[in-house]
Amino acid sequence: MSSIPAPLLWTVILGLAVGSYALRFAFIGFMGGKPIAPWLMRHLRYTAVAIIPALVAPLVVWPAPTDGSPSLMHFAAAAATLAAGYLTRNVLCGLGAGGVSLLLLYLAA
Amino acid sequence: MAITTTKSAFWKGFRDSAPFIFMASPFGFLFGVLAAEAGLIVPEAFAFSLAVFAGAAQFTALQLMQENAPLIIILISALAVNLRMAMYSASLTPYLGDAPMWQRALAAYFMVDQSYALSIVKFEAEPEMTAPQRMAYFFGTNGIVAPAWVIATAIGALVGTRIPDSWGVDFVLPLAFLAMIGPMLRTPAHIAACFVAVATALPAAALPYNLGLIVAGIAGMIAGAQAELWLERQKTKMEAAQ
Repeated sequence: MSSIPAPLLWTVILGLAVGSYALRFAFIGFMGGKPIAPWLMRHLRYTAVAIIPALVAPLVVWPAPTDGSPSLMHFAAAAATLAAGYLTRNVLCGLGAGGVSLLLLYLAA
Repeated sequence: MAITTTKSAFWKGFRDSAPFIFMASPFGFLFGVLAAEAGLIVPEAFAFSLAVFAGAAQFTALQLMQENAPLIIILISALAVNLRMAMYSASLTPYLGDAPMWQRALAAYFMVDQSYALSIVKFEAEPEMTAPQRMAYFFGTNGIVAPAWVIATAIGALVGTRIPDSWGVDFVLPLAFLAMIGPMLRTPAHIAACFVAVATALPAAALPYNLGLIVAGIAGMIAGAQAELWLERQKTKMEAAQ
């Protein structure tokens, strides 16, 4: 796996540290009791649930272990992870189900 | 049981958060392992978790750095994942906004999913809590989970350097993201946001500089907000019809 250049890594760490802190501090620190606009609140609610699936979808359809060629095995493991996480509402159950199904498929192949 | 002192409020938060150790530690550990696999040394992984202190955003940044995405895309995407923290901050302000500045400044660092979720439920259920008790409860919810997260990262990074490349852990990160998505799909609007983001991300993957991620993220966000508005209107109509 390619190594990440140190200057990039530290820029990312510092940038994220400052940026994340600013987001967390924004309202509790500066805005006092001022309410946040409802339309903004409405969009903020869906940022994580939009960005993370957008990031993961190409990784599932064109998985890295097969150098990007679509693979039923990886797709099935991904589907099992998502389904288990959704049904149990528990991140670890999802991850466990995904890991086990990946292992089973790998052994079966 | 009602909280009587500031000290007992802290310990109440501490106890309420205990089950989250079983969530934070494995995830911190996994981040450490994957960071080591990506070539990070232990102090780097440790500093990453300590400074950024936001699991999903750290995983996002790690993935994009390995894809050689441009710096600006890495920062925008990972911070977008963290935008919900601004929402938490806004939502807790009515309860914690009167505390001294140094306490609020410190509280901002500890604004994470689990401390927010526990605190907002508690504050709404017990409006008689005083401002110092609320702050104590909030810090209590981080008393053990925060150290667990950072330490687990360091241990994971230590172990990760010993895992041979041939084990092929490079599909574990996508699985970690998928496991995070499941519990996020709480309402039809969340599902709409997720579905539109995925449907946009696949064709948009052809865009240069990982811009597809930003485009798909924005599309998903708008879809979620619009779905929420639509669902509210349907509900109002149903109630009016009755």
